[in-house]
Formats: sequence, C-alpha cells, structure tokens
Amino acid sequence: MSVPAAQFALHVPDGLLTPVVALATGVISIAVLAMALKQSGNELKDKQVPLAGLTAAFIFAGQMFNFPVAGGTSGHLLGGALAAVLLGPSMGAVVLGVVVLVQALVFADGGITALGINTLNMGIVTAFGGYALFVLLRKVFPASASGVVGATSLAAGFSVILAAMAFSIEWLFGASVPVPFDTVFGAMVGSHIAIGVGEAVISGLAISAVLAARPDLVYGARDLDRAQLADRRKVSGRVFAGGAIAVTLLMAVVVSQFASDSPDGLERVAEDNGLLGEVTDHTFSGGFFADYATSGVGNETLSLAVAGFSGAILTLLVGFGIVRTVAASRNSASS
Amino acid sequence: MTESAPSALTSAVSVRDLTFSFASGDPILNNLSLDVERGERVALLGPNGAGKTTLSLHLNGIHEIQAGSVSIGDLHVNEDNLAEVRRRVGMVFQDANDQLFMPTVREDVEFGPANLGLSPAERTERANEALEAVEATHLADRAPHHLSGGEKRRVAVATVLSMHPEMLVLDEPTSGLDPAGRRELADLLVTLHLTQLIITHDLPFALEICPRSVIISNGSVVADGKTADILADTDLLAAHRLELPFGFDARRAQ
Amino acid sequence: MSAGHTANLFIPGDSLLHRMAPEAKLVSVVLFVTAVALTPRQSVWSFAVDAVLVLVLLGIAGFRATQVIARLAVVLPFIAFAFLIPFIAGGEQTSVAGFNLSIEGLWGTWNVIAKAVLGTATSMILAGTTAVAALLRGMTRLRVPAVITSIIAFMFRYLDLIVGEMGRMRTAMTARGHDPRWLWQAKPIASSAGAMFVRSYERGERVHAAMTSRGFTGSMPELNTAKASGRDWALAAIPPLVAASGALAGVLLV
Repeated sequence: MSVPAAQFALHVPDGLLTPVVALATGVISIAVLAMALKQSGNELKDKQVPLAGLTAAFIFAGQMFNFPVAGGTSGHLLGGALAAVLLGPSMGAVVLGVVVLVQALVFADGGITALGINTLNMGIVTAFGGYALFVLLRKVFPASASGVVGATSLAAGFSVILAAMAFSIEWLFGASVPVPFDTVFGAMVGSHIAIGVGEAVISGLAISAVLAARPDLVYGARDLDRAQLADRRKVSGRVFAGGAIAVTLLMAVVVSQFASDSPDGLERVAEDNGLLGEVTDHTFSGGFFADYATSGVGNETLSLAVAGFSGAILTLLVGFGIVRTVAASRNSASS
Repeated sequence: MTESAPSALTSAVSVRDLTFSFASGDPILNNLSLDVERGERVALLGPNGAGKTTLSLHLNGIHEIQAGSVSIGDLHVNEDNLAEVRRRVGMVFQDANDQLFMPTVREDVEFGPANLGLSPAERTERANEALEAVEATHLADRAPHHLSGGEKRRVAVATVLSMHPEMLVLDEPTSGLDPAGRRELADLLVTLHLTQLIITHDLPFALEICPRSVIISNGSVVADGKTADILADTDLLAAHRLELPFGFDARRAQ
Repeated sequence: MSAGHTANLFIPGDSLLHRMAPEAKLVSVVLFVTAVALTPRQSVWSFAVDAVLVLVLLGIAGFRATQVIARLAVVLPFIAFAFLIPFIAGGEQTSVAGFNLSIEGLWGTWNVIAKAVLGTATSMILAGTTAVAALLRGMTRLRVPAVITSIIAFMFRYLDLIVGEMGRMRTAMTARGHDPRWLWQAKPIASSAGAMFVRSYERGERVHAAMTSRGFTGSMPELNTAKASGRDWALAAIPPLVAASGALAGVLLV
C-alpha cells in the first residue's frame, strides 16, 4: 500500500480550493513554465523536445514505482528536486509540469481546475525551491561528488516540505471549508515529513548512481572537475537513511515550534513583533484571506499563523546569512 | 576491390582519410577510406567498437568531420548542405524504438517529408507510397510501440524511403528479429533499387543480400571484396572477432 | 509496482464520445468542471443533475461501475480529510451521536466530496474516450504550443519502454533475493533509478540523432488535422450548459 498522504500535496482534486486560487495559481504556473520553457530551449536548442520527453517519461515511471518505507509500506518519488539537480531548475519544472498535466488529462489524477495548484506545488515549487536549497547547501558542503549527493538529498527532502507549505499558503487564500490555517499547515507539513525522508534518501542515492555512471549529465555538478567528481564516498543505505531521519527529527522540532497546537514559541514571536494586536485589527480583518481560513477560528490563531510565517522567513534569512558567512570564510581561508 | 579512385559520376559514397575521436580518448576512425558505387549493396562487418556506427553517422552529417572528407554523390558533406545530405542518405538506426518516435506510424513516416518542407498533400502521398513499398499500409494508424519487431523494422525503413533517398544506411537491421521477420526484411531490401550500406554481425544475411563486404577493425578498412570470398577466409574472420554460424559453409550457401 | 493510479484509462470503442473531436471534448470538460466548481454547495439539486449527467456519460464511454469506483479511490485521502472537517472546523456546532460537529464543517465535507468526485469522474470520461494521439491533436488545435504537445508525445512514446526496463531491473533484483521492507534497504532501487535516468537520457540523445538524420532542425512539423464539426461543438456544449444552469440556479435561489 502506498502512503495516502503522499498524494495529498500531489494531486489536489477539483473544488478543494476556491476558484480564485485555482485561477491565480494557473496564471502563475503558466507564466513561470513559459519562462522555464524559453530558458531550457535556449540551453538545449533542438535537443529540448526529445530530452524533455524522455526525462518526463523517466519521472513519470519513477512516480509509478514504490520504494519501501517501513515494515512493508511504501511511498513513491515526487522527483521535482531530483529533476532540477539533473536537468537544471527550468527544465526540471517543465518536465514536472508536463507530468502533472498528463496525469490530470490522461489518468484523471488531480483535478483539471486544480491544474494550476498542482503544477505550482509539485512542479514549480519543488524544482525551483529544491534547486535554490541545493545551491545554498552546495556552498556549505565540500566541492565534491559527496557534497552534491548530500546537497541533493537534503534539498529533495525539504522540497517536499516546501510543496506542503505551498499548499498550506494556498489554503490560507482559498480554503473551501472552515479548517484553520494552522491546523492545515501542521497536518500537511507533519504528514509530509515522512515523505520527505523517503524523497531525500531516494534522490540522494539516485544522484550518486548517476554521478558514478555519467557525471557529465548532472546539471548541478557542472562546476566540478574530474578529481572532485571522483571524490564520492561510499555510503550505505543504512547510514544514509539514518542521517536523513536525524535531520528530519531536527526539522520536525523546528517546525513544531511554529505549528504546534499550543505554540508558545510562536506566541512569543508574535508578541515580540507586535503582531498580535495590530495585524488582526487592521490588515487582515478585510477580505484578503479566505474567510474560511480565518472566520470562526479566532483572530489570535490567525495572527499566530502570520507570525509563524514571518518567523519562518526570518529563520530562513538568518540561515542564509550564516551559510553565506561560512562560505565566505571558507573561501578566504582556502585562498 | 582494388580499383582506386573511382569516377565521381558513379560513386554513391566516397570517404577519404576520415579520422574521428571523441573529446577524450583514442581515435574511433583512423584514416578510413571507402568507396561505394551507385546501386551497390555493401555489408559493413567488424567487431564491436570497430567504428562502423561512427562511420555511418558521418555519412549523414550527424558527426562533424574532424579530418578527411566524405562525399555523397557529387556533394562534399559540410555545414551548408546538411539538409540535402540528410535527404540523400536514409539512416535506419539499430534500435527501431529510437527511430520511431511519433505517436502514429503515419506521422512518423511523414516526419522526414515535413522537414523537407513538403505540403500536407505531398506528405500523405509520400507516406502512402513508402508504406506500400514495405507492405505496411495496414499499420499506418497504429502506435509504433504496439508493433512487432519485424513490423517496426519495416516501418523504420519506410520513414526514410518517404524522403526519396539515394542510399540507405542500415545499422544492424536483423538484431532482435525473429527468423520470419528477418526473412521479410531480406526480401524487402533486395527489392529496393537503392545504394545500401548494411552494418551487421549477421554473416549469412550479409552473404545473401550483399555481393560485396568490407571489414572494419580499429577504425580502418582491413578487408574489402566479394562477400563469399571474405566469409570463406576463416583466419581473417577470426582475427576480427567474426565467426560463421556453426555448420554454415559460405561456399556451399552460394 | 503499485501503479494503480497511473493505469491507462482509455477504453477502445466507437461511442458518440469516442467519435467527438478531441478539442471539443477538452473544452467541454474544462467548462463543465469549472461550472461544477462554481456551484454553491447548498444547491444540492444542481449537483444531483450534474451527477446524473456524468453517470450517463460514463456509461456511454463504456466504463463499468467497478472501474469507476476503483478509480475514485484516487481522491480517497481527500475524502478522509473531508470527513475530518466537521470535527475540527469552527463555527456553529450541532450534536450528532454525542459528537460536536460544525455545521459549516458538514457543508464543507459535502462540498469537497461532491466536487472532487464529480471532477474525477469527468476527467475519467475524457481519459476513457480519448486516445493520447487524439488528445494531442486536440491540444494542437486549441493552440497549445507544439513544444508542449511534442514533449508529451515523446513521453508517452517511451513510457512503456522505461517502465518495462524498470520492471526487468526489479525482477532481476527479486530473482537474486532482494525483498526490501525498510527505507534503508532501498539503495538498490534508488541506484537503479539513477541508472534508469542515464539510460533515458542516452535514449533521448539517440532519438535526437534519429530526428536530425531526417532533417529535424528544432521545430516539430505541423500535423495534418481535420477540424471539429459544428455538430461536435453543439454536443460538447451541452454538459457545460447544464452545469452552468445548475450553478446559476444555485446562486439565484439559495
């Protein structure tokens, strides 16, 4: 049996989110994919169509195949971050976008009116978000094949969480039922942590296999020379999975700080930022967010959610700053 | 064949001192020269990695010429005449699945003519004619991946016949075919009055349909003559990792 | 391999729906599903009418009841979620069998299930009566860029081959006693996925060579296509009109 939650962020059906969000995500998706098509067309010239077609078939087939998770249960690959590292974010997004479109039209998987949502979450967020994380992680990891494998793995794991977060944000704007944002956020992110571990392990090991066979095909490793590519430590699946689980637990602790049912940490952030009172009274009492995600929920919860977001973004920015500083000091130390 | 420098009028292919290597590594082709007369059917034999496929990709301008020259009829292959070279030389690739990439057989057979800029009506006519030539008219609306191995191979031939080529280059056309499919292919190829260069490991097939054979080894021509003579030379075959099927006698088969 | 949710839904046949021009079907499906999504949830009768229409069309398409039910399992996680809604949603509460349920939430459950089930069933009608080649023709006529339709065409052309290769790799692993049950035993599977990528990419390069050799320079040829008839468009307009009337009635009356 496959993990049902795996299909949650994957294939949103018709009617789960409001038409306005469906339309808005559709416009965003079309714009981004048009850009990505142009970009990958410039890079690949007349090879674009056959290569994109074949790798789309690969991703599609990869999503059909199950990998073991625990005690006989199984999950399957999303593949967005993996595709982005292999092919570059533009081509990765194009390939995933095509897969999502085909799943809706030919396999009745995911609503046709939800195509924009599904393309955005599964294709664009995982490919571009995953690749951004990959680039960031590459800066901290050593410039070697092992570094690429590690960065791919973590980026792939987080890309699944990003997709879940994207869904939660869409919920904030277009909930069709009165389930509060923080409940959806907690449930989505929580259920996708396990999927993220699987995604991390499979993506990392798959990249490792490609680096061994045809390192020249890995877009995300084009900056490495032969000696660096040969520096690929043998890692057992056990160690890999263990590492992924450890990272995930750490992540879960961090996430729960923002999304737990009794968010002490959050409340503090909200109060510190003075968001608790102000925000609810002015900015969001209008119809900006979906009424459902806010009404009957209590303004306090909403402000907590908003605070949670500011907190998350703040954390990311601080993290980015640390990473850059570390990378800079490394560079200056080595030169 | 000992006659050198054949007249430009009758020569279908003329390869002179062709040398080629990939970015990193030893040369795949090493000063290779070869001439094929118009209307000839020539078997290209040799061990794996000898450079047979690499040579064939030069005839069609897929590989850029690094050193030496290739002429197709009166055309010196270069950047400017690739379109015409590709029309003249029909490549039938080793894996028919690589060759048949369109959703239906008809669209695949029309792919080449479309690239030649023909009108939809002309394309349809070309496709009908090519499919008839390979006895595959009834397959026109089928999806290529649902065809049998033999059907795929015949349709693959049709996809280049529709471009009205002057010669065919077939890369291991009998690989993966059952005996009946192989028979149909042999019967088809002898009816086509085109120059044919057939890369193959199937020596009885070469003997049956190609009067002349060329052995390529380490990127050069090492033997060139009547197929029957070459296949009778057991030592020559063994030296280049070739072997006749058990019990097969090239002399008697003739 | 579970692949249950990616089983091909196409039912070969010659029904009214099969014969309808694909572009008319595509437009009809998109408009119908949009109208359903816009229908106010209290407008129960509108949904009932839509459901009857969808059931009739599923029947015409040739689906069996068991197939439809099995396919609707795709939205099961969402339905499970929908049933949780009344327990976690806010707003006015009502008491059912000792549980406090949100009235808003109950409506929400109904709304999500009705729209998701109708949407999935409608997609099934499209998928069940439209072969991939026809779908691509329809998309082309609706001005979907050729680069997108071509990528989809290539994807389908090679999907079976890739799935077949993956299946054989899996079999080869199982034959040597590999029966993974935990994530940390997934390395062989993940490595085979990596190998599969390399094979897919290399096939892409070979296909590109086969295309180039037939004169391809970057743009896929326009295909010969006949246009949808007025009758097709008239028939295709019926479902969206029904659903739109239902939606409008819902907005005005509820």
